[in-house]
Amino acid sequence: MKFVLLFCGNDEDAAAFAALSEAELAERYQEVGAWFARHRASIGGTNQLQAPDTATCVRFGTVGGPAVVTDGPFMEGKEQIGGYAEIDVADLDEALEMARTWPGRGTVEIRPVMSMR
Amino acid sequence: MAGTRHRGDPTGHVDAVAAATETAVAAVFRAETARLTAALVRVLGDFAVAEEVVQDALLVAWERWPVDGVPDNPAGWLWTVARRRAVDLTRRNARYTEKLALLVASPADADDDRLTLLFTCCHPALAHEAQVALTLRTVCGLTTAQIASAFLVSESAIVQRLTRARRKIATAGIPYRAPDVDHLAERLAAVLSVVYLTFNEGYLTSVGDDPQRRDLTDDAEWLAAMLADLMPTEPEVLGLLALIRLHRARVRSRFDARGRLVLLADQDRSQWDRPAITAAADLVVRASRMRRPGPYQIQAAIVACHAEATTWADTDWPQILLLYDALATHLPTPVVRLHRAIALAHVVGPAAALTEVDGLAAALHGFHLFHATRAQLLRELGRAADARRADADALGLTGNPAERALLEQRLA
Repeated sequence: MKFVLLFCGNDEDAAAFAALSEAELAERYQEVGAWFARHRASIGGTNQLQAPDTATCVRFGTVGGPAVVTDGPFMEGKEQIGGYAEIDVADLDEALEMARTWPGRGTVEIRPVMSMR
Repeated sequence: MAGTRHRGDPTGHVDAVAAATETAVAAVFRAETARLTAALVRVLGDFAVAEEVVQDALLVAWERWPVDGVPDNPAGWLWTVARRRAVDLTRRNARYTEKLALLVASPADADDDRLTLLFTCCHPALAHEAQVALTLRTVCGLTTAQIASAFLVSESAIVQRLTRARRKIATAGIPYRAPDVDHLAERLAAVLSVVYLTFNEGYLTSVGDDPQRRDLTDDAEWLAAMLADLMPTEPEVLGLLALIRLHRARVRSRFDARGRLVLLADQDRSQWDRPAITAAADLVVRASRMRRPGPYQIQAAIVACHAEATTWADTDWPQILLLYDALATHLPTPVVRLHRAIALAHVVGPAAALTEVDGLAAALHGFHLFHATRAQLLRELGRAADARRADADALGLTGNPAERALLEQRLA
């Protein structure tokens, strides 16, 4: 069963990440690298995303008319998506197990991928 | 369903027979609903269809048994009807028909399925209120109307809650499986929390006698007993069962003849069910011998201290204080510290307890029991005016009619 793990964080998570020392940062990246290596068999496409302030939105109005292009991410406020990984595992419990061990902190949202039957 | 049917009969004899049949039927329904639903969910992989099939089978039994008598093998009878109904309902779906062929007539080995059903209903990926509703619906076999009236919410809200929960199970990949050893403790805690929440809901809202309302404390005890049967070596399961039974053994003295709440100190202890208290206290001891203490066992031990005291004056407060200290290591919450302070008042005195309680103000100022406890301590310290103010604060924070009546009486 396919899921997407969305690696999210809020302002506090971002501040905590920014406060990491060089050594801590290196350690964190190593842990994240090890996590990906451990789950390589289950992980499909995965990417870290550029910061939310680099996002651009194309918004369609509910009453029709041309789409409006705006600066900034879709999710306003404090929560942001920092990256994602597609995974293929047996069920939600396996996805939960992967998410529980994610070294990147913040919040991991698990979304099932819609399957075409 | 059970409890909603009434037959008129001037002699009362037919009523008595009907009532006996109702009791027998209700017992079979409760025992078999979880087994039936559990096995059907395994075979069909679909909660909604399984629930509908079970509901239909029970309705047929409800029509037939009072007329034909309860069959010799009620479980087998229900299995046969449920299987036939499942075939009817899913006739157009070849996938289901094949699976139904696998469903044996009456699997004696369906115990694991019941646990699987319960653990799936209480999966942490479901919202807490959805876990409760789904457990009552599929494991206990309550109708949506019964759940709605027990929780004082509209039936459509319950239907929506259940629909959303079933959809999440199906689309989010929640497995129909009991947890492995590594996750058992955490997952069991979620199940016990659902049972305890069900109990509390029934206990706190049981104001007077409303025969139309389902007694959730009964369902909670039944669930805990089933769990204890299926997981006899889990001490927290035994602890929760004992806790529920210790409360229920004393339920008759909680309200006076006019339906007013009676405080523990003023309760008529002759109304307590002594054999039930002794049996539940033994259960606490049995659990403690397994040497894996936990919050339910400790709470049960505290309640056992109260229940075993023949008078209020005989209460073993030093022991209760020790138990609250132990409880606070498992559940370091302000509410536990508030209860510990009440025990402290009896062991050390109201002044020491008031200092403790006042230290909880920031965390508990919105909780009526915080103010009611302060009021009691202030009264004991002779500060009547402060006590009245605290009682008034408590009154402003509770909507429970029985608790309101008690506080209003104090303020009168």
